[in-house]
Amino acid sequence: MTAPIETTGVAREAHPEAIAESAGVRIEGRSLGQIAWARFRRDKVAMAGGVVIIFMILVAIFAPVITSFVGGDPAEYHDDLLDPVLNIPNGSFGGASWDHPLGLEPVNGRDIFSRIVYGARISMLVAFLATLLSVVIGVVLGTVAGYFGGWVDALISRAMDVFLAFPLLLFAIAIGSSLQGEAFGMKGDTLRVTVLIFVIGFFSWPYIARIVRGQTLSLREREFVEAARSLGATDRHIIFKELLPNLVGPILVYSTLLIPTNILFEAALSYLGVGVQEPTASWGGMLARATSRYEDAPMFMVVPGVTIFITVLAFNLLGDGLRDALDPRSR
Amino acid sequence: MKHPVTRRRRAQALIGIVAVTALAATACGGGGGGSKKKYSPSNKAVTEVVNQSPKKGGTLKLVSSDKFDSLDPGDMYYASAWNFSRLMARPLLTFKPAPGNASYEFAPDLATDVGKTDDGGKTWTYHLRKGVKYEDGTEVKAADVKYAVERTFDKEILPNGPAYFTQYLDPDGAYKGPYKDSAPDKLGLNAIETPDDYTIVFKMKEPFADFNYLAALPQTAPVPPAKDTGKEYVKHPLATGAYMVDGQYEPGKAVNLIRNPHWDPSTDPLRKALPDRIELLEKQDANDVDNRLFAGTAQLDVVGTGVQAAAQNKILTDEKLAANSDDAVSGALAYLAISSKTPPFDNVHCRRAVQYAVNKAQMQRAVGGEVGADIATNLMPPTLAGSKVADMYPNGAKHTGDVAKAKDELKQCGKPDGFSTVLTARSNRPKEVAGATSVQNALAKVGIKIEIRQYPSGDYFTQFAGVPKWVADNKVGIMFMQWGPDFPTQFGFFQQIVDGRAIKPAGGTNLSELNDPAVNGLIDQATRTIDQNASAAIWQQLDQKVMESAVMVPFAWTKSLLYRPPNVTNLVVTPAYSGMYDYLNIGIQ
Repeated sequence: MTAPIETTGVAREAHPEAIAESAGVRIEGRSLGQIAWARFRRDKVAMAGGVVIIFMILVAIFAPVITSFVGGDPAEYHDDLLDPVLNIPNGSFGGASWDHPLGLEPVNGRDIFSRIVYGARISMLVAFLATLLSVVIGVVLGTVAGYFGGWVDALISRAMDVFLAFPLLLFAIAIGSSLQGEAFGMKGDTLRVTVLIFVIGFFSWPYIARIVRGQTLSLREREFVEAARSLGATDRHIIFKELLPNLVGPILVYSTLLIPTNILFEAALSYLGVGVQEPTASWGGMLARATSRYEDAPMFMVVPGVTIFITVLAFNLLGDGLRDALDPRSR
Repeated sequence: MKHPVTRRRRAQALIGIVAVTALAATACGGGGGGSKKKYSPSNKAVTEVVNQSPKKGGTLKLVSSDKFDSLDPGDMYYASAWNFSRLMARPLLTFKPAPGNASYEFAPDLATDVGKTDDGGKTWTYHLRKGVKYEDGTEVKAADVKYAVERTFDKEILPNGPAYFTQYLDPDGAYKGPYKDSAPDKLGLNAIETPDDYTIVFKMKEPFADFNYLAALPQTAPVPPAKDTGKEYVKHPLATGAYMVDGQYEPGKAVNLIRNPHWDPSTDPLRKALPDRIELLEKQDANDVDNRLFAGTAQLDVVGTGVQAAAQNKILTDEKLAANSDDAVSGALAYLAISSKTPPFDNVHCRRAVQYAVNKAQMQRAVGGEVGADIATNLMPPTLAGSKVADMYPNGAKHTGDVAKAKDELKQCGKPDGFSTVLTARSNRPKEVAGATSVQNALAKVGIKIEIRQYPSGDYFTQFAGVPKWVADNKVGIMFMQWGPDFPTQFGFFQQIVDGRAIKPAGGTNLSELNDPAVNGLIDQATRTIDQNASAAIWQQLDQKVMESAVMVPFAWTKSLLYRPPNVTNLVVTPAYSGMYDYLNIGIQ
């Protein structure tokens, strides 16, 4: 029989990879994600941002372990290390020492390093969960508005306008100062963190919803969606299998850029005194108390300020890098 | 792959690194504060009149980080407003512009002499000076003083001032004020009589030994009924003093004072009237106010509660600044009011546990350290006549807390493992918030868990801590409180904060809701006692009684670090007005 020989010959002609393979070169099909990752890895600045963020997240998670080695309890007073008259730490650099590497607060003498480390927990928790909340609401409503159009779109778009026009900061201050004590079966910091997450997350969804809606509008007219529709695919199938995978890129990029905004917003609210309350440490709260002492205890202000700055910068660099990697045309 | 975005981002990262380095460098530059050489405030103006000079002329520039509650003498409660008002208005009596205890002495101002009583304190008579004129040239009559006191009865028109005249002249609340008076001359209050144009007689049902202090309130400065514009009077109160408002007062912005052409020095032994013009700017940034004083572009901070924390350390590390500063005792007490109603604080032992557990050394730091306050161990400020210092709950050699005794009291209270409670503080007072964390930290050591809640000071008494129902509903156990007496007597200090009859549905200052018949009785007994030594003994007994009930944890008798620019003349600290400079006779070189 000649068939096997024939088949081999046909196969050789039809699969040039096989030829290359036999010549010792291996070529693989690459997914969009792999291409993006390869591009991202070449972007050193964005990688650095990512490393800083991972470091901050680890610091937040392992705060108790870290402070058990350096700094100690963030609420402990070291007032024996303060000048009895001037109320500021003895020694230079805000009283920095091996025990207290970033120095001590004036007046209370609490360890600044420990408070920064514990403050990362609040910042990260609020920023991530608030972003998650707004992304979930934004993606659902944005897709629905963009895909179904008509009165649904009109309704959701007007709702977005209303939320964008809302005086968010005033609302946050009002709700933060009125919801002291007990509410919704919670109290203390649990309540305040929940309120922060809710307020920040619930009012920033329109930003992401608008982007998702716009992308959905253009995607639903594309050939692959029409093909799926003509094959009788349900709305559910089209949204989940055809649209959403193509939306992952923009969603990821804008979530990454939303996180630093939320970190700053949380810091701003803590600065204004409606965030978490003493003795729980938060970066914004530390800054607020430091502003009146910037002349005689500058470390107290510089440390939280620089920490917020670095974290926000890292997220922004990462977000920019992700955008370039996922969608090179948007350069 | 080189493309423009990456390059731009690399630039961002670079800028970031540069910024961080620069900030860190700033921090290094400012370091080492704790090892600087320190200087003590000179305190010269506490014991003498500094820079005495009769030189006239110039413009005195005053600044304020706050605003007056009012410029209407009938409607003010701030000590700084009372002090300032005398530049324009002449009450019956005032306090001597003199250092130390001499400032507690009365100086007859509109009156010729201090008030006299011949029936044990029920009737008080004052005679007015002749020839005292308003800025429009008309002469002051006794009926104008009566009218001025009457108008303070109407809390709807003039809500701010103290209500002592209403309380003592009309205890039944029958008189509603001249604006609702049916008498044609609007002088329907029977408790004040004006037998002639220069005599005024106050008649009360119960004797009141401290009445001369009421006569020294700005509320006795005359107001001519024809010129009274009610709520609008604040913009241009008619002057009897050496200065009058130039144009109109803009509350929260500015007021300028110029010489009153009808003021006659021969009727006024008190006022030197040195500057030609006095300008006041209100609502300025607090740190900026301090810097302007240092630079000499402003002469005085009218608020009079002392410089901010940053300026405090500037003064204490600079020999020249320290030589021109005074650490004045304000006469105010900072304390924790413990609710006598909220469980488990309805048990005296749980309250005593707090007395022993607090770390007063840390709380002193929170109010500014040794310069900001002296540690308080009982209620009556040591500057008041008849005061005696005592310590019923000694909590360590350095007042850092006695954990063993506190735990023992907790056992007697039936809560050996501690409990949880709520503490309130005023959110816009950083010193209170810092103190609150200290209380939280100290009480945690004996197992008492504190949840801190902060409220704005403007509503603290009218909506929160001063409302017994709110305190009960929110299970509030401990409330931050600071109290300066309305007038420098034991009565002025104690009555509003410990008398059970001073508990109000809202706006009260007896935050602990202490209503002890023995305490109330002692107050009544002391107010009837004219003899000073006898009344001092009663007040000391009262202080002890309140401390026994442990409803107040006194921790600081506050002080204010004041700065006086070297070109300001005749400055003296007056304990009569909460330890600020006396504004009556200051001038500029």
